[in-house]
Amino acid sequence: MPIELIKEKCSSPINSVEIGVSGKKVVTIGGESAMPFLFDEGNMPNAPRVALEILDSEPAEWPEELIRPFGDSLKDPVGWAVKCVKDFGAGILCVRLQSTHPDYGSKDADHVIPILKSIIKETAVPLIVIGGGDDERDNIVLPKVSQALKGENCLLGIATQNNYKTLAATALADGHSIIAESPIDINIAKQVNILISDMGFNPHKILMHPTTTSLGYGMEYVYSIMERGRLAAFIGDKMLAMPFILFVGSEAWKTKEAKEAASAQGVNWEITTAVSMLQAGADLLVMRHPEAAENVRKYIEIVMNGGGKK
Amino acid sequence: MALTGLDIYKLLPKTNCKECGFATCLAFAMALAQKKVSLDKCPSITAQAKEALESAAQPPVKLVTIGAGDKKIEIGNETVIYRHEQKFYHQAAIGLLIEDSSAQDRIDKAIAEIKGLEFERVGQKIAVNLICVRNSSGVKDKFVSTVKKVAAGSDLCIALDSIDAAAALEAARSIRGRRPLVICRNMKILPEFVKAAREENLPLAVSASTLEEAAQATDIAKRSGVDEIIINLDGNGLAKTIQDFTYARRAALKKNFRALGYPFLAFTSQAEPHLELAEAVSYVLKYAGIVIMKNRDKDFIFPLLVARQDIYQDPQKPVQVEPKIYEVGKVTKDSPVAVTTNFSITYFTVAAEVESSKVPTYIVVCDSEGMSVLTAWAAEKFTAEQIADTLKKSGIEGIVSHKKIIIPGYVSVLSGKLEEVSGWKVSVGPREASGIPNYLRNWK
Repeated sequence: MPIELIKEKCSSPINSVEIGVSGKKVVTIGGESAMPFLFDEGNMPNAPRVALEILDSEPAEWPEELIRPFGDSLKDPVGWAVKCVKDFGAGILCVRLQSTHPDYGSKDADHVIPILKSIIKETAVPLIVIGGGDDERDNIVLPKVSQALKGENCLLGIATQNNYKTLAATALADGHSIIAESPIDINIAKQVNILISDMGFNPHKILMHPTTTSLGYGMEYVYSIMERGRLAAFIGDKMLAMPFILFVGSEAWKTKEAKEAASAQGVNWEITTAVSMLQAGADLLVMRHPEAAENVRKYIEIVMNGGGKK
Repeated sequence: MALTGLDIYKLLPKTNCKECGFATCLAFAMALAQKKVSLDKCPSITAQAKEALESAAQPPVKLVTIGAGDKKIEIGNETVIYRHEQKFYHQAAIGLLIEDSSAQDRIDKAIAEIKGLEFERVGQKIAVNLICVRNSSGVKDKFVSTVKKVAAGSDLCIALDSIDAAAALEAARSIRGRRPLVICRNMKILPEFVKAAREENLPLAVSASTLEEAAQATDIAKRSGVDEIIINLDGNGLAKTIQDFTYARRAALKKNFRALGYPFLAFTSQAEPHLELAEAVSYVLKYAGIVIMKNRDKDFIFPLLVARQDIYQDPQKPVQVEPKIYEVGKVTKDSPVAVTTNFSITYFTVAAEVESSKVPTYIVVCDSEGMSVLTAWAAEKFTAEQIADTLKKSGIEGIVSHKKIIIPGYVSVLSGKLEEVSGWKVSVGPREASGIPNYLRNWK
């Protein structure tokens, strides 16, 4: 029976953002011109990527199941980073500067910079570096970190509507990309992108963080915000054409369903959150459990194989 | 998709005979579009026009019912591609596969395990819905006896998966009243299955590997008198299947293409359990009406059910918890008291962090009409006066021996006013729930 399918073509693709430096390893994020995995309607020149997250100091509140795969390496961020790359196949690392947060010791930049430099030296993979999450401390620490990593083309974060100037100025000066965050709100997402771009920041060096919420804790809000953002970008809204980054690992492992249940459930919680975000248009996932990350990488391979029999 | 008056006018005889009671055919068409009059009033309507108009009045995705009674499944009747446009209405059914070639004790075990796949979450019951019995043995009697065993041991809906129409018919008859779904695996044997489905008035799943074939199969089934049809897109794997589901939903909704306007069914293809889960989640997110899994481990099924619960949530109506005092841990009169809003995710996030702090704490939940802290504050649903009022009405004053209240960090600006109107000493908690454990451990 002849059928008339509707193939929606986009007029304006998502930006491609490079992280890392050529000569070493570079990854390109984004660039798609269709809703996720609809290859008849457009391209996804760059498969979504999975980064593994590490902390700059030993995690204080991680559940047993999340500690198990890493063992003692958790005590040494550089060893942990190397393990992620060598044993767990991470092509990108995300370092969360937890130790700089007042709750975890208020460490200064000169404490974390040598750690970051060693990680770059030992792993040579592109790096995402995010602050401890305390605005005041981040604004003191991150500029120094940015400067120390000048030329590495890292992805730095996190800039928000109320706290973006310091980070954007320093990332701009040192040639890094930036994460622009908004609280599950498409208008604020656009606003932060505009504010940062207005400072002279290249829009092709911005990733959007629409806020991550775990499976069972409002995942669907983020899912729909991402779909709305994407649809707007595809019809030409340049200030929403940034790739999406999602911190699925930290959010999934915050939930009691992941922390307190039998081992498989935590990993599955992270996988399910990740898959949902990929189906909503995620370009870069920051994950925690190596087994979850590996399965999500395999999943991406399967769906990117668009239409091939498997 | 409703037709406009002009669309309808084109299908009318345009004779202006006035038999319908309207002065012109156009006036009649306009009244039809507003559903003010019935098409029967037109004496000279052609059969084709009648069919086209009647089909336009149907929902774009047919509602199909499987089973009977409490546990029956209703799928289809969806109206949007993206949930933010309105909402997804009928949750995808989750089914599990049982093969009749398995040993008897393994079948018994499977039935028992499937019974346990029922959970409560955020005040709602979530569970698997269906058992699909596959005639892997190829033996009719074995199939029928397995179906009977499943029906006796489980009150879930049943799907019959056999390439033998006679076996399917006999199995269906043996559990008459349960109204199973009959799955036809092959276009060549479709007429026999159509006959069986029609005889027993059962929903029928037709199988196809392309959307063209699927449209052809539903057309045959419909013309042969089967009303409730499901499309099983078979054997294309994950990547192709999610694309086809999307294109089919679009064709049904945007082009009113009837032959694809049915719920879709998918069997998982991945053998590795994590990937099978990822595959099933993808189908649930992308428009499947039924997903049938092999793995029934609850550590895998539970996240899948939660994903379904999430995505079928009404985006316009946030889920709320009851505004009252919640006790987390073994609270005493000296335990801290924290206040938050009644948006279920806010509450459950706060409660989870309080729990992980191991500091027993009272959480007083204010009625913020289901808004999160910042949103509620901005909308003036979480003000000093409202919090003070909630504290008073909750009776927390008579429960604890102190008058110290913790408020979310995002609304620190409320501190002064709240102390003034409530008489409680206010301390400002962390902005993010993740800071709660550390905060509570240091609370005095």
